[in-house]
Amino acid sequence: MNPAAAPLPAAPIRYAGLSARTWKAIGLAALLCAAAALPFLVSSYRTFQFNLVLIYAIVLLGLNILTGYNGQISLGHGAFYAIGAYVAAILMDQFGWPYWATLPVAGAACFVFGFLFGLPALRLRGHYLALATFALAVAMPQILKYKHIEHWTGGVQGIVILKPQAPFGLGITPDQWLYLFTLAVLLVMFAIGWNLLRGRIGRALVAIRDHPVAAEAMGVPAALYKTLAFGVSALFTGVAGALGAVVVQFVAPDSFTALLSISFMIGIVIGGVASISGAFYGALFLQFVPNFADQISKAAPWAIYGVFLLAFVYLMPAGVAGFVRLAWMRMRGLRGRGETSPHRAGV
Amino acid sequence: MMKRLMLLMLGLAAASSAPAVLAQKKYDTGANDTEIRIGSTNPYSGPASAYGTIGRTEAAYFRMINDQGGINGRKITFISLDDGYSPPRTVEQVRKLVEQDQVLFLAGTLGTPPNSAIHKYVNARGIPHIFVNTGATKWGDPKNFPWTMGFNINYQAEGGIYARYILDTKPDAKIAILFQNDDYGKDYVKGLKDGLGDKAAKMIVAEASYEVTDPTVDSQIVTLKASGADTFYNVTTPKFAAQAIRKVHDMDWRPLHILNNVSLSVGSVLTPAGLDKSVGLITAAYYKDPLDPQWQNDPAMKEYSAWFRKYYPEGDIKDAFNVTGYLIAQGVVHVLKACGDDLTRANVMKQMASIRDLQLPMMLPGIKWNTSADDYFLIESAQLARFDGKEWVRFGPVLGK
Amino acid sequence: MEAFLHQVFSGLATGGIYASLALALVMIYQSTNHINFAQGEMAMFSTYLAWSMIDAGMPYWWAFLLTVSISFVAGVAIERIIIRPVENAPVLSVVTVFVALLVIFNSVAGWIFTYTIKTFPSPFPEQPLFGNRYVSSHELGSIGITLLVLLALYLFFRFTPLGLAMRAAAQNPLSSRLAGIRVGWMLALGWGLAAAVGAVAGMLVAPIVYLEPNMMSGVLLYAFAAALVGGIDNPFGAVVGGFLVGVLENLVGAYVIGTELKLTVALVLIVGVLLFKPAGMFGRVFVSRV
Repeated sequence: MNPAAAPLPAAPIRYAGLSARTWKAIGLAALLCAAAALPFLVSSYRTFQFNLVLIYAIVLLGLNILTGYNGQISLGHGAFYAIGAYVAAILMDQFGWPYWATLPVAGAACFVFGFLFGLPALRLRGHYLALATFALAVAMPQILKYKHIEHWTGGVQGIVILKPQAPFGLGITPDQWLYLFTLAVLLVMFAIGWNLLRGRIGRALVAIRDHPVAAEAMGVPAALYKTLAFGVSALFTGVAGALGAVVVQFVAPDSFTALLSISFMIGIVIGGVASISGAFYGALFLQFVPNFADQISKAAPWAIYGVFLLAFVYLMPAGVAGFVRLAWMRMRGLRGRGETSPHRAGV
Repeated sequence: MMKRLMLLMLGLAAASSAPAVLAQKKYDTGANDTEIRIGSTNPYSGPASAYGTIGRTEAAYFRMINDQGGINGRKITFISLDDGYSPPRTVEQVRKLVEQDQVLFLAGTLGTPPNSAIHKYVNARGIPHIFVNTGATKWGDPKNFPWTMGFNINYQAEGGIYARYILDTKPDAKIAILFQNDDYGKDYVKGLKDGLGDKAAKMIVAEASYEVTDPTVDSQIVTLKASGADTFYNVTTPKFAAQAIRKVHDMDWRPLHILNNVSLSVGSVLTPAGLDKSVGLITAAYYKDPLDPQWQNDPAMKEYSAWFRKYYPEGDIKDAFNVTGYLIAQGVVHVLKACGDDLTRANVMKQMASIRDLQLPMMLPGIKWNTSADDYFLIESAQLARFDGKEWVRFGPVLGK
Repeated sequence: MEAFLHQVFSGLATGGIYASLALALVMIYQSTNHINFAQGEMAMFSTYLAWSMIDAGMPYWWAFLLTVSISFVAGVAIERIIIRPVENAPVLSVVTVFVALLVIFNSVAGWIFTYTIKTFPSPFPEQPLFGNRYVSSHELGSIGITLLVLLALYLFFRFTPLGLAMRAAAQNPLSSRLAGIRVGWMLALGWGLAAAVGAVAGMLVAPIVYLEPNMMSGVLLYAFAAALVGGIDNPFGAVVGGFLVGVLENLVGAYVIGTELKLTVALVLIVGVLLFKPAGMFGRVFVSRV
């Protein structure tokens, strides 16, 4: 029941002669224009921050495919993010690849890895799956430091990457260029995600989440879909990881601790589970709230962050996306269909 | 018109009376007649938050400087941000400091991975990145990174000091190594191995690492003892150092026990481990430890304690990390005083690279700071010391440059 | 051989640490079906309370009892005040609340008590028991206390009306409510018990690893592993799992792969176990009704 999957009421309510659907399209277009114009309006430091927001949004969409829509909880997506980042960094650093060419490879590597991890995960349920994926996240930094792959990964020192310049003699800064590049990748990824989730596959994923046995009885190959969901989710995360490496210009084991995986989980809860737009809200939270907490208190910034977490979960139980949807419906004078709760089967 | 003429005349008059001063007042972004802005990052949250106290100490020291009227009448604005020891966040915070908060320079940014992430950025932009608070060797590379200079004695050099000590006193030693599985641990190990030269392969009989998430290092100590080693090179951070010292003693293993400088704190490492169990430890020291009784009546230590009680009462005086923060802050003040009224980034770096025989009171006697345009290592000497159950007894000459 | 025995016993000793925290995890799971990420930090905070009392001159056992009682009350209070609003929320929201508790406890402890390590006294004698060279008295005593707690919990859940009511409330809240059990309070009680068990775990762990705000973060990872291997709904399994993980990790590190990958290999082995026994070795197999 994400905003996209829950179609607006059939009755053609029209505003100023245009249907709600058209208004929505106009709104999206306006938003997109604003997003594209952003790097020319704010400082390059802010551009960098919003660039990270876009990257996190891709991760959160990927994680939502798995956790939100398919009901498989993962606390290990930081590991896929790390793999994507390292694939990009190694290809650029050791083989001299251009940054853009590393993205498909990073995505493909993560897809394979995610798919393989999804196979054993089929046997695990609920908490066991959550903790098994968490184990992956915990082990990742140690694996990256391992001495026998040090000549690839740079071991504990990590890999420093050169910042790409804007091509075609465009007169824009590298920050602006990377932001626009990320935005383009994000659009592609979201288009893919949107198509996946709105169609037959999306319905199958949700069916498996809500009624696994019934879904299988209806002829949905649950095992295949579940592993594929793992693979696709990892692919999104891997692409984002590669972008993250390029933008930050550095990868090291310390960048990919278990905390990162937990942050991603928090991101989809705050943004809205099983919601496409929620990915953006979650990403904004991940990017800005920790800094805000740091500004409030140097003595115990984590405590402030924790209080923010509690506040969001209490005040917006269906995530920011759910809250916005409800507010939107209220505004339009519709009775909200109660609390939007996209969660069943324990998600 | 009249007004302008008046101004011109006034200006001329001022210029003729104090021409030197006027000519020299030069500022870059982040400094003006009343303020100097300094940026830093520290892990105030997350798993490395034990180091956050260093940043708080620095802030407390600058508060005192400001209470005393600042430096040449300019107040210090010290902006220290939390990066949680995560390199991507360090990049973000440092960009905020440089591009939004417009600091004149960065000082005391903590940790090798975080600093590695910003190394290229600050050098490309020409932002002094000084008193980098880690001991990696790469912070002393003026040819390729002229804007970066480290603070700590570099880990590899310290490892080399121990290697020489072992070669001199125990040439047929069988060495077992315990190290933290990260850049810091591996640098120390490399320093020792390089120092031992081609004898390293024969002398080192066992190596074991630990992760900061390990609850204990007991298993590692068991393995190392079983190797039959008679020398133990202990490269650990305070909690694990205390565990290791205790376990080595409890297992009746009596090796020549070399403890890295990071964990020499009497108050926060040796006391928890047991002072009796710490007897015979060897380390290379370069600053005064607040709980070491030999400094009880030392004027510098008295001053430090008084300052600590007044400006950082919520801190723990036992924690030797605070001394690091204190020294960094004093170093920054020294450089700023040397800059005078020429507060440009180039001059900050120039003054940073022209420290001559600076003996700060909290440094051990005879251990001086020296830098030059082609020597970007600040602290390059240390003195060996043995723990006698009460205090670190220094012996031998001051080693290194 | 000597070294091998040392490894095994030191593994059992650390395994005892994992077991005691895993026990607290299982407690909350049994009564609420949630895995409490903040369990370790709550235990750490309880231990700081005990430390403050002992530091102020209170005898050890008084401080021990008082800390366990306070932790029990605090656990109940946390359930009633913080968990209650998300009682019917999806699992992930609850996990987020746990993460919030984790970071709050961690940060506040660092703020109040600073990050320097503190020694925490042991109630057991300094000299090893029975003249053995492998295990310290404290480690042996801790294992004993963990087993005692396990026994007490077993008896409580098996034979007392209250224990039975708590189990019923967790397994079938609706029917329990119909049978007159106050389900909400049963959940709160479960939290209280878990916090109390956690406090015991913290006070047993602290003398070994030293008390500091991040004391439990590593332990929690291993306690998770222990609970996974043993079965998240089985206290006995959690304890066995704890010992198993402790020994396994030591042996893998010492003899198989070396210390640099021991955590990874231990985790791989655990996930490997799960593939054959998806509900852990002693866990109840989940059967879904259509």
